[in-house]
Amino acid sequence: MQIDSSKLLETMAQAVFANAEELTELDSAIGDADHGLNMTRGFQAVLADRDNILSKPLPGAVNAMGYTLVMKIGGASGPLYGTLFMTLGKELPDCPSTSDLGRSLLVAGEAVSSRGKAEIGNKTMLDVLLPVAAHIASGTATINSVRRLAAECAKSTVPMKALRGRASYLGERSIGHMDPGARSCEILIDAVCDVLAGKQ
Amino acid sequence: MSKNVGIVIVSHSLDIAKGTADMVRNMVGTAIPLAFCGGNPDGGLGTSIEKILAAIDEAWSERGVAILVDLGGAETNSEMAVEMLPENRRGKVKVCNAPIVEGAVMAATEAWGGASLDEVKRTAEELSPQ
Repeated sequence: MQIDSSKLLETMAQAVFANAEELTELDSAIGDADHGLNMTRGFQAVLADRDNILSKPLPGAVNAMGYTLVMKIGGASGPLYGTLFMTLGKELPDCPSTSDLGRSLLVAGEAVSSRGKAEIGNKTMLDVLLPVAAHIASGTATINSVRRLAAECAKSTVPMKALRGRASYLGERSIGHMDPGARSCEILIDAVCDVLAGKQ
Repeated sequence: MSKNVGIVIVSHSLDIAKGTADMVRNMVGTAIPLAFCGGNPDGGLGTSIEKILAAIDEAWSERGVAILVDLGGAETNSEMAVEMLPENRRGKVKVCNAPIVEGAVMAATEAWGGASLDEVKRTAEELSPQ
């Protein structure tokens, strides 16, 4: 499939900006109330650097975006989302098929997992990223099934007890809140779906 | 170039990083290379890889550099910063799993005696429950 890097970057950034308040609110319940602010800072930096990022073909652009997020986010989500995009940039071909996308996401998910020393069920972004990657890699995914799965997986973090990240300090009290990282991951996946569906 | 291992202190708060560095200087004076950083790229609470890389550079010693961190993001960002170092430096920088203040003072005291990077790291980590 042809993915327009410019649309991809713009759509993800706008989705982050539009939902930043909600992300910070979720993070204030079980974290340090900066996830929306950090993601906004990161994607503002991505937009500011867009000429450089977009001068490269898709894999290089995704990698450069990851590098900017790492340098600018300033929270744990910087290295985590940075690792996600930088790994995707290394794995994706210029014009990826659905199976390329699924395989690259699986590799990137593993990289995020080892970067954050977390696994599925820990109430983190991985609870969205890994099932969605596996679903896309299975070859049966549609844009709508990906959106649905991402939303369901983000919601599935509500009853979980956090085992990684700042929320884990709350122990049992982290139960009953959606994980902000899982939600931001859902938001970004939804934005990518918008681009693939030609919505933006 | 120092014959001692260098210490880098990375906190979410610049005040804590600076205060910790003051306590280290109080103990070991200028006997070891020391640098600190804190705050996100906008100066709010958080950490910044650019600042961590600059601090590693400032505290550089061919004997190696031990990094002391506070909470999660400081650790993840420090590990990422280490991976971004040039290859000839990467193996000589280690993030310690230790409480930041106690760990920094213990690590610095150990480094002052000429200990290797692994010894410095091990001493700092003796403070953490295994």
